[in-house]
Amino acid sequence: MSTRGWFRHTALALGLAFLYIPILSMMVFSFNNSRMVTVWDSVNSPTLRWYVRLFENEQLLGAAWISLQIAAMTATGAVILGTLAGLVLTRFGPFRGRALLSAMTTAPLVMPEIIMGIAMLLLFVSLEQLIGWPTGRGMLTIVIAHITFTMAYVTVVIQSRLAGFDDALEEAARDLGARPVTVFFRITLPLIAPALVSGWLLAFTLSWDDVVISQFVAGPGSSTLPMEIFSRVRRGVSPDINALATIMVLIVATGVVASTVWMKRQERKRLLEEQMARSDAG
Amino acid sequence: MTQKTVDRAQEYVRIEAVTKRFGDFVAVDGISLSIFKGEIFCLLGGSGCGKTTLLRMLAGFESPTSGRILIDGQDMAGIPPHERPVNMMFQSYALFPHMTVESNVAFGLEQEGLAKTEISRRVAEMLDIVKMGEYGRRKPHQLSGGQRQRVALARALVKRPKLLLLDEPLGALDRKLREHTQFELINLQEQLGVTFVVVTHDQEEAMTLASRIGVMNKGQIVQVGTPTDIYEFPNSRFVADFIGSVNLFEGQLVEDEPGHVRIRCAELDSTVFVDHGISAAPDAKVAVAIRPEKIELSREAPSGDENRAHGVVKEIAYMGDMSVYLVRLDSGRVVRVTIPNSERHADQRVVWEEPVYLSWEPSSPVVLTV
Repeated sequence: MSTRGWFRHTALALGLAFLYIPILSMMVFSFNNSRMVTVWDSVNSPTLRWYVRLFENEQLLGAAWISLQIAAMTATGAVILGTLAGLVLTRFGPFRGRALLSAMTTAPLVMPEIIMGIAMLLLFVSLEQLIGWPTGRGMLTIVIAHITFTMAYVTVVIQSRLAGFDDALEEAARDLGARPVTVFFRITLPLIAPALVSGWLLAFTLSWDDVVISQFVAGPGSSTLPMEIFSRVRRGVSPDINALATIMVLIVATGVVASTVWMKRQERKRLLEEQMARSDAG
Repeated sequence: MTQKTVDRAQEYVRIEAVTKRFGDFVAVDGISLSIFKGEIFCLLGGSGCGKTTLLRMLAGFESPTSGRILIDGQDMAGIPPHERPVNMMFQSYALFPHMTVESNVAFGLEQEGLAKTEISRRVAEMLDIVKMGEYGRRKPHQLSGGQRQRVALARALVKRPKLLLLDEPLGALDRKLREHTQFELINLQEQLGVTFVVVTHDQEEAMTLASRIGVMNKGQIVQVGTPTDIYEFPNSRFVADFIGSVNLFEGQLVEDEPGHVRIRCAELDSTVFVDHGISAAPDAKVAVAIRPEKIELSREAPSGDENRAHGVVKEIAYMGDMSVYLVRLDSGRVVRVTIPNSERHADQRVVWEEPVYLSWEPSSPVVLTV
């Protein structure tokens, strides 16, 4: 092997190790029989006891269910608002306050989460005093707060898709007699669908693992999964958290691998069809 | 070149003193123009001359800063694109990538709220006309460039518009396909009786397609006429130079009679005699334009002492159907001459560095005052 090949392989191995050893060790320790997280019980391992414990833990499962609902609602809300914002920013031409709107929608990308959290809490408290809504803190306030910060990411994703989109397609639809609303639902929306999906997934993930903002705007009985994990870890890491983390990693990994394979296959099919069309005369 | 008779009484589109400004930039500068029913009108000009802006104003994507556009007698001000009796074929074709060929063509009819059976009947009929009947279930990315062009045409024509706007309709096709498609377009236009307005930067395309051409420059129309008018009787140095190739000689009027004029050009060793009168001030600075194919090349001195020049052949380019000769005159000026290769054997032809005489008929030069 040449020096360069050797170097490249080492760099790759070290890079992967840096990224994945923490996750791998966590997965391995989730099968550890010992109650001590850092001591490997080589006699009785591997075991599935922590997985069993996990599924008996109503509190953790409840928190996971709450997190799932919040993440799904957040992602949906953020995609709707983010699409509207992206549309206004790319399609409405230069209007008064456009630069301001653009800056304001993307501000949460750089805003410290802790400040967002405090601001949201203050807003909800004073709103409740003024108009009596939202009453108390709970899932609703978490969803509203999450939409606020995830919308910024969704807007950026959708805006870039809309910017790379041939304006002539929308013009052609209008020229063929479609009203603006029809153009949006039949042409624009289907064509930016991939961006909607990735925006939704992005917002879902951000909401799913947010701790800081949730901490401020959550109420009693609305602890999300990351909040629950965080409060447990403070009392000492228990091995069932390892089991939970392992399951989450596996779900995410399966999703990522499946979508990559699917996209690769679509791309290959498309290339093949384009080639066939070119070789077709005429 | 196609010469069609167009009923001039039937004006279909009327453009009245239309100006379009984008900020400080004047894209279209006070254009007035009539387009007649059933003709193919070409807007020809280089990039940035305002031809596409004018087309987009007809479609309704831009509105004039001032002036009026009337289509079939109706003022188009404030009428959005989806309510105009006009369809457009886009330069990029703008086929909807997520729909099949059939759904692309059906899209416009669905907006009219026609019955499903009526839609599928008309879609099938139109796809047959453009010879794309077999490809209805394909998606746009499964088609070649020429096929996409025909689907785009079908999609625009299926609405049975009175006026079809075409933005560089053949621009994306390769050379061989272009020629074929040009004639198909003309046939289709005659068959359906639609008025076409074509925007192009390609003069060959304009010459073949158009019944009339409007040559544009810097937001203005500099000449309107049939392809023959534009080629044989250009009205300005710009048009003469823009359409085809031309030899332009700057000169001065020395004799101005109603039936003929004489012009002295510094670069030519004889005066130019033109057998028709022109309207210009005496001693005016004028230009003489002579097309390369109207100049004759000979070894012997031509008779008469006007409309001739002497020079040496510097370059010969053999193009198959004709040859292009670049001749350097005694004044140093290089003149372009084209001679058709009507004979197969080339023994008699002049060769490099050979001294030759150039001559032309008194009817050939065009005198330009602007």
